[in-house]
Amino acid sequence: MAKIAYQKLTDHSSFFWGLLGFHLLVIAAGLGAALYMEHHGHVVTGMSNQIVWGAPHVFAVFLIVAASGALNVASFSSVFNKLAYKPYARLSGVLAIALLMGGLAILVLDLGRPDRLIVAMTIYNFRSIFAWNIYLYVGFIAVVGLYLYVMMDRRVSRSETPTRIVGGFAFFWRFALTTGTGSIFGFLIARDAYSSAIMAVLFIAASFLYGLAFTVLVLLTMSRETRHELISEDMLGKFRGLFILFALAVLYITAVFHLTKLYAPDYREVETFLLRDGGIYTLAFWVGQIGIGLLLPLAILVFRGSGRHAWHAVAIAAPLFLIGGVAQMYFTIIGGQAYPLRLFPGMQVSSSFHDGVIAQYWPSLPEVLLGVSGVSLAMLLTGVALKVLPFLPRPASV
Amino acid sequence: MTGNRPVDEGRRGFLMSSVAVAATLLAPGVTLYAMGGDAAAAATAPASAKVRWGLLIDAAQCKDGCAACIDACSSAHGWQSAGHPETDAQWVRKITATDPKTGAGFSAPVMCQHCANAPCVDVCPTGASFKRADGIVLVDRHICIGCRYCMMACPYKARSFVHEPVADQKPDAPRGKGTVEGCTLCASRIDAGGVPHCVEACKTAGHGAILFGDLNDPSSDIVKRIATYRSTRIRADLGCDAAVYYTNI
Amino acid sequence: MIRGARIALLLALLIASQITLAVGEESKLVPHPPKGRGEQCVAATDFMRRNHMNLMKHQRDETVREGVRGKAFSLTGCVDCHAVNGADAKPVSYADSRHFCRSCHDYAAVSIDCFQCHASRPGSEKPHAAQGVGSTALAAVAAYFQGAANDRK
Ligand code: HEC
Ligand code: HEC
Ligand code: HEC
Repeated sequence: MAKIAYQKLTDHSSFFWGLLGFHLLVIAAGLGAALYMEHHGHVVTGMSNQIVWGAPHVFAVFLIVAASGALNVASFSSVFNKLAYKPYARLSGVLAIALLMGGLAILVLDLGRPDRLIVAMTIYNFRSIFAWNIYLYVGFIAVVGLYLYVMMDRRVSRSETPTRIVGGFAFFWRFALTTGTGSIFGFLIARDAYSSAIMAVLFIAASFLYGLAFTVLVLLTMSRETRHELISEDMLGKFRGLFILFALAVLYITAVFHLTKLYAPDYREVETFLLRDGGIYTLAFWVGQIGIGLLLPLAILVFRGSGRHAWHAVAIAAPLFLIGGVAQMYFTIIGGQAYPLRLFPGMQVSSSFHDGVIAQYWPSLPEVLLGVSGVSLAMLLTGVALKVLPFLPRPASV
Repeated sequence: MTGNRPVDEGRRGFLMSSVAVAATLLAPGVTLYAMGGDAAAAATAPASAKVRWGLLIDAAQCKDGCAACIDACSSAHGWQSAGHPETDAQWVRKITATDPKTGAGFSAPVMCQHCANAPCVDVCPTGASFKRADGIVLVDRHICIGCRYCMMACPYKARSFVHEPVADQKPDAPRGKGTVEGCTLCASRIDAGGVPHCVEACKTAGHGAILFGDLNDPSSDIVKRIATYRSTRIRADLGCDAAVYYTNI
Repeated sequence: MIRGARIALLLALLIASQITLAVGEESKLVPHPPKGRGEQCVAATDFMRRNHMNLMKHQRDETVREGVRGKAFSLTGCVDCHAVNGADAKPVSYADSRHFCRSCHDYAAVSIDCFQCHASRPGSEKPHAAQGVGSTALAAVAAYFQGAANDRK
């Protein structure tokens, strides 16, 4: 195979600057929102003692899940030796790091005491999945950074071996990372809506889908910037196939997850709530995740995804998958908390502390801004990275 | 020293060396002064792993409309309502439960259950959520970063997040915005040989529904009572091994 | 290192201030922490100036995590003895720049968060009696800090 040539972004359209400027504005707004929340306390958010994790976590977990998935394209090329994906391997690594940083920034700024971040970085409780995750996150950035290095360094990349070894390690690491993120919820025995090992598997399947959606979206946007199609027709077909495969996997695991829960009488109550009576959460699930986020893009890709429509189909499906991802997180994170803890199963309970009632939650503007600014941070980092180093393939070698 | 916040290296080096010098140069008894006569109380011994503090709550004795335990706790620790029911802290609340089939029910106070296998302790990333040697589960608010994972993990909804700045705290009960808090079983009183405020208040109100004692001591009232009358613990099925027992629920 | 230098500078200034004070000219260049109640602090004054943060941090962990109470370096104790009265003859809070704990910190641009949670004025209840510390306790403190210093080597 011919040597692949790479490029950095050089002469910029006003579109590029416009995008960067937009993301900068959103980030500034997000930082302002974080300061505002930090100054007044979380009382200015929609969060409460019932819904302790709100919109910021929705975006943060979504980005972190997508980050590990974004690495897939690189893994295909180096671990599974699918050479067609190789031109995108660098971008996929950069995107993975950027998405993770975007997610982590939100998590940190949503802490009650962000000023104590240093504590979180230096004192660990090794029984905590959260603490493992801190290692997994930092390690992920390091491993992917190294991976980028062995792919890009002139001398090291002459041999295939380092790329394959580090790539394999990165692949393993990304599984650990998503498993860890999924387990943050899966290990919560207290909450009926979570408490399942399938949670981690579901998160892994979802990560494939969202990571790929981000990768394809960035490639399509940058095609406009470089004025050349960065995705050849051939590759478009491959991505389409992967999208369909991943989306079906998410659908399947989601179905298994809810069916097993429905089957156990103990969990039937919470499932009925989430899937039927949960108002906004039920909507987020059926309309957001399943309808807009999975079935609609699947239909588009299957029925209109080939031939001259291919480009449009993929360009529409990718953002739809991402919207579905946010809906999935909203449903999972907020819906799961809205259903009250059952201290006395089978009894009707009431108290001054909102026991036994469905919690109300409406995200406030600052927390939404903080959440969205994480996405913007990831995109800004990616944009700047593409400008600084040759991460994008040259069209001729695609 | 779990809670020691890391300090800037250079400065720490400076401090440490100066401390070491001062402490070695001065003979024992010279640097630290004994205080005047009013300082009779000796330093208390560290919490002992031989004991495990617990409560036994008799729902039959817990009277409708009485909130003595809650009022005592709130005024002692200063967690009064700030007018925002959704976000106001509640270290203890009374839950009224009714069986929808039979109509029978009970009401009883629920606070931190001071589990032996506390999920909040397991999940806390910094170790701020911890269990003392004597079984009391606390938040070390000096290293709590306010991530609220413990609140996600607690099956009892026993913890509150401080959503707003706090002013005019009690000297004995520091608390502040951005950290998670909950029932401390009045650890400072227990260390001084006392009983928790709720236990005392319930007794003063004439109900005596809450019994406090050492679950490891076979001769204690609490152990004798649970050995005689059947008691349960909330969500015992989860295997957290709570230190708060209930009867007549 | 900068902070280390800052302490050194501050200490030098403090010592200088004592000399100038002895000569009778009050210097406006240095902080003048109000004197605490009683004759002495819980440890030698210059030792306190340099080490109060570490002493308190150590005691903090001992109290919160192990349940040892009534020892010398209790924050409640500092607040009791070092209360500074305002115009209304009531102790000022940390919001007031005259508060003892701000007398040097403002000067040295140190900011502490302790009083976001801890009361910065003595309570109405019986003040916490600071406790006399015997030689064993001191030996323990000394050993602790030496241990900490040795760990670093
Ligand atoms: C029994 C009352 C008492 C207690 C308790 C006490 N102090 Fe003091 N402190 C004093 C007195 C009196 C002085 C002044 C000593 C002198 O002038 O030499 C002083 C001096 C100091 C100084 C030096 C001020 C200067 O002039 O430079 C510092 C710093 C200090 N204390 C900090 C603390 C801290 C921190 C605590 C709590 C751990 C504390 N003190 C507890 C009585 C007390
Ligand atoms: C987020 C709230 C919070 C902050 C900030 C905080 N503390 Fe505390 N502190 C507490 C709580 C809660 C206790 C436990 C009180 C108890 O058990 O009686 C405590 C106890 C202590 C104790 C032991 C009790 C006593 O009075 O001696 C010390 C010493 C202490 N803190 C020092 C500090 C110092 C020094 C700082 C600032 C660097 C600080 N704390 C900041 C909440 C806080
Ligand atoms: C004699 C002047 C002086 C007084 C009075 C004083 N401090 Fe300090 N304190 C300092 C200096 C100087 C530092 C800075 C050390 C450094 O930069 O590392 C400091 C640092 C601290 C720190 C550590 C800050 C950090 O960021 O790690 C704490 C906590 C602290 N002081 C608490 C107190 C409390 C509480 C009081 C009142 C009881 C008090 N101090 C009174 C001089 C003083």
